[in-house]
Amino acid sequence: MHNFIDQFWPSTVDGLALGSIYALVALGYTMVYGVLRLINFAHSEIFMIGTMVVIGVLNLFDVTSLYGGFTLIAIVIGLAVVAGVASGGSAVLLELVAYRPLRRRGASRLAALISAIGASLFLQQLFARVVIPQAFDLPKEKGALPVQGHFVQRNHVISIGDFVVSNDKLIIFVGAILMMVVLDQFVNRTRLGRGIRATAQDPQTAVLMGVNIDRIVTATFAIGGAMAGVAAALYMLRFEEAKYDVGFLLGIKAFTAAVLGGIGNLRGALVGGLVLGLVEMWGSALFGTEWQHVIAFSILILVLMFRPTGILGESLQQARA
Amino acid sequence: MSTDQTQVKSAAGGGAWAGVVERARRRSANVVPGLRELLFALLLVTESAGVVTDAFHDWWVRQPGWSRWTVYVLLIIGAILLPAEGVASIMSPDTDWTTLLFFPVGGYILLAIGLNVVVGQAGLLDLGYVAFFAIGGYTMAVFGTKYGWSFWEILLVGIVLSALSGIVLGAPTLRLRGDYLAIVTLGFGEIVRITANNTDYIGGPNGISGIPHPPQLTAWAFPESFPFGLGGVQPFVYGSLDAHSYYYLMLLLIIVTIIFAKRLERSRVGRAWASIREDEDAAELMGVPTFKFKLAAFAIGAAIGGATGVVYGTQAVSIIPTNFPFILSATILAAVVMGGSGNIPGVMVGAFLVAWIPERVRFLGEYRVLVFGAVLVLLMIFRPEGILPSRQRKAEFAEGSGGMGSMGAEVATATVVEDTAELDDAAPAGGTEAAR
Amino acid sequence: MERLGTLRRNKLRVTGAVVVSTALVLGAAACGGDDKSGGSGDELTIGFMGDLTGENSGIVIPPSQGAQLAVDQYNATNPKVKIKIKKYDSQGKGEQAVPLAKQAITKDKVVAMIGPAFSGESAQVGPVLEEGKIPSVSPSATNAALGTKGWKFWHRIVGNDNAQGEGIGTFILNGLSAKKVFVINDQSEYGKPLAETVKATVTKGGATVTEDAIDPNGSDFSSAVNKAKAAKADAIFFGGYYAAGGKLIKQLREAGVKGRFLSGDGSLDKGLAKGAGGTTADGSAIGCPCLIDPTGTASPKSKTFAEQYKAKYNTDTAIYSAEGYDAATAFIEAIKAGNDTAEKINEYLSKIDVPGVSKQIKFTPQGEPAAADVYIYQVKGDTLPLLGKAAEAKIG
Repeated sequence: MHNFIDQFWPSTVDGLALGSIYALVALGYTMVYGVLRLINFAHSEIFMIGTMVVIGVLNLFDVTSLYGGFTLIAIVIGLAVVAGVASGGSAVLLELVAYRPLRRRGASRLAALISAIGASLFLQQLFARVVIPQAFDLPKEKGALPVQGHFVQRNHVISIGDFVVSNDKLIIFVGAILMMVVLDQFVNRTRLGRGIRATAQDPQTAVLMGVNIDRIVTATFAIGGAMAGVAAALYMLRFEEAKYDVGFLLGIKAFTAAVLGGIGNLRGALVGGLVLGLVEMWGSALFGTEWQHVIAFSILILVLMFRPTGILGESLQQARA
Repeated sequence: MSTDQTQVKSAAGGGAWAGVVERARRRSANVVPGLRELLFALLLVTESAGVVTDAFHDWWVRQPGWSRWTVYVLLIIGAILLPAEGVASIMSPDTDWTTLLFFPVGGYILLAIGLNVVVGQAGLLDLGYVAFFAIGGYTMAVFGTKYGWSFWEILLVGIVLSALSGIVLGAPTLRLRGDYLAIVTLGFGEIVRITANNTDYIGGPNGISGIPHPPQLTAWAFPESFPFGLGGVQPFVYGSLDAHSYYYLMLLLIIVTIIFAKRLERSRVGRAWASIREDEDAAELMGVPTFKFKLAAFAIGAAIGGATGVVYGTQAVSIIPTNFPFILSATILAAVVMGGSGNIPGVMVGAFLVAWIPERVRFLGEYRVLVFGAVLVLLMIFRPEGILPSRQRKAEFAEGSGGMGSMGAEVATATVVEDTAELDDAAPAGGTEAAR
Repeated sequence: MERLGTLRRNKLRVTGAVVVSTALVLGAAACGGDDKSGGSGDELTIGFMGDLTGENSGIVIPPSQGAQLAVDQYNATNPKVKIKIKKYDSQGKGEQAVPLAKQAITKDKVVAMIGPAFSGESAQVGPVLEEGKIPSVSPSATNAALGTKGWKFWHRIVGNDNAQGEGIGTFILNGLSAKKVFVINDQSEYGKPLAETVKATVTKGGATVTEDAIDPNGSDFSSAVNKAKAAKADAIFFGGYYAAGGKLIKQLREAGVKGRFLSGDGSLDKGLAKGAGGTTADGSAIGCPCLIDPTGTASPKSKTFAEQYKAKYNTDTAIYSAEGYDAATAFIEAIKAGNDTAEKINEYLSKIDVPGVSKQIKFTPQGEPAAADVYIYQVKGDTLPLLGKAAEAKIG
């Protein structure tokens, strides 16, 4: 308890920063789930690809010095765009190769889930064994080790007593909220967004109303993947390091966040992500970090017992995003 | 053999074979030329395999009892001779075949039969099945090292304890549907592993070592002159080096479990599970106490997982929490689905492949997991219903209502996956291209 | 922290010294595997088992190269009985290591095993080697419990975690004169017991200790970092591997935590500095029961070894390369002395007393090395120069 009070503010700040990344990754799970009712297990690898692209770009431009202030913000936006495109593209490709053929055959969702697990293993290993050693000029056996890209000059932008926020954490939080607002508007205001909502609500009717399901699915994967790419850029801003299985634990937590908030619900992903981040950090301060994951999953089970469809309830259309 | 073939022909009929080409063509139609031909050829193979297995199944159900029993006995004899030298050098040149047959092969098969009760029969998605395996393993370790109980006693305790833990997990969570249950079970698996890691009583991250072997039943050995390289093997003496006895123990457990699972499937319980799987609401309305039956499925699945854990623990001598990672749950689920969810021979084939392929391709060195991942995706693309799907499941599948496979009951609303499937199938038949 | 080892010999074995369970072996031995690895009557096979392609292969490849070097040097002398090393890639996982070990014993007829490299797999493979009566020497499995199982064929050529933890703890007390210590573990079967020994040692020495853990598969260590900051510790000990250690240093320093960072053999790698970025890790002290001494500070032998190693593999000696070399040397000496069966080799190991590169090669009856010196290294850029023995080294 004593620890908890001592560390309330630092834990809160760190929890929100971690939760923001959970939330952005959770968006990909939740959008795909909303439209296809599929747990896209390989989404964590889409995130990993984003982090690798970020390191690749940093290496390409030979970034060795550290940047702060507005330069840093500009760099992060640039990295987010590149990583977003790469991750979005990979997600579309993933759908084409690993899910669309199953969809065409009317396969069960369970089959799609296994295909997703297979794709996830394949992508992880492809990067560990082939892509990372090649791209970063490492001996083959080192492909499974972390690779770094250091570029961030950290400083405290807010400092009120114990409440200390560094520039990277602030950018992550603001960036995540911003992306969420943009996506929310997109899904609610645009034609494509309407198509996504319609498909999530009632695919059969949507088809009859002239919605092209294939296009909607592609768009869903592209947007979800792009969000994972943005998350990857923000993740790199904070941790500056990644490896082939960086997405694994994060992916499980992000999916937990999506379910916690109400899967299929965009705002639910944000709420779920932030709540999960906070609960983990507060719980770790209280009980010790070795219980961090136990606390996270216990909260999930508790919440679902009382609200069986998550904090905000499910479905893309109901919550208007 | 010739009579078989005639029967195959008469059963399958010309119609079935004609459909093969048609289906393969249709399903490869939307792919770019070049790839299309390749896909077509592959689909032709998988579709033909489907027709043959169907025909075999038709033949099989018409056989009288005695001829089925002959086949069962032959299969069991085959399994007993499986560790033979000649088989080993083909199946596993790089690592000890008999040990592989015990675990992962035998272990995965038993786990897959257990998970199949939950996923394949009752239609509940469980992503944390490894938890029950772990509970079984730790039961063996704790009672064996701290209380000095013998293996056979602990096997019973392990089964009871893991069934209880299935009920403890299921009672509050089985009211959840579909993927909510999936993530909750995943969380449960992690909670069990991390709690074991943080609990000093059971060794924390060091786990428990010095787990006793089962007491020997008899020192009887195969006669030295016995062929197949089994001469002199003592099948009932348990030790660290010779895995034969453990393999036979596992085999016995598998046979008992199959009989048990098969009888359940054909009982009132099995029918209740099928009804829950296909439409939980309808089942409830028809007076099936769905919650009770779901809980039973969970407990039975957990008990089988626990039994596997006990046997694994006694052979491994030492267990640590990292023996029970999430990826093992995913692997067993993959085995069930790729073998043919709901069909026991199918899930056994699936488990065998999942356990064996990565070991057989050791020569690929560091690329073997990569290949394994690709094989999973390809198998699901070409045979999403699994290698040997169950008859009933196939019927549900064709009808459309079961398009969600074992998850049918878990999804309250229609889904895109099944909808596009219907459209896809309807288009060539009715010519309603307008739907797209 | 990990280890490997399998010795094997093909043909001699049939004469039967090793026939453990006649039954089993007959079955397994009969087949084609023999021809492949059997070779001429004057070649014995020694196994090397560990994670050769997986995530932790960085700590296993150097000892495997060290062992290979020793064997190549021996074979170059044109001895009567040549030695072959066969490698078994267990990925560090017990469930893969066990069938491989059985294959090594029954099919490949190894006469000895170097390894297994890691402690977890050692605990599962140990009983198999024991029953197969195959002597093993691990260059890197440091878990203390392994030495207490009563195995007669098991040895290691590296000090265990108790020795290491006490050594590092002593250094924290004497070498650093630290009063407040923060101890972090990575929840692994290596990191946690090591951290606990360090904690016990410094507590006994009068320092105040607070502790927490991290999940090495995660990336955000801030809850441990926040606690370290609140503890205002002079020394922070981390029990775990360098991949997480580097990230941890980075996040500690970013949060403004000043105490000196220390870790154990799992973090003795250039990757630590790389993960921390720039010069962030500089000054961190790493304890290890291993000797990496290319300049020959501790013994001239190390320098020669480092030069030969560099000539052959074109890389510097790294963690446990000397221990791998010494493990192989122990078996080579045994074979040189005319021992050609697993049991005779094991017999010889109980009496062996020859100088090795890392230490005197001599085992206690439990299979522990007779001399278990712990050395302290200090991070300096991307190098890890040797500071000295833990009991004597001093900083500041």
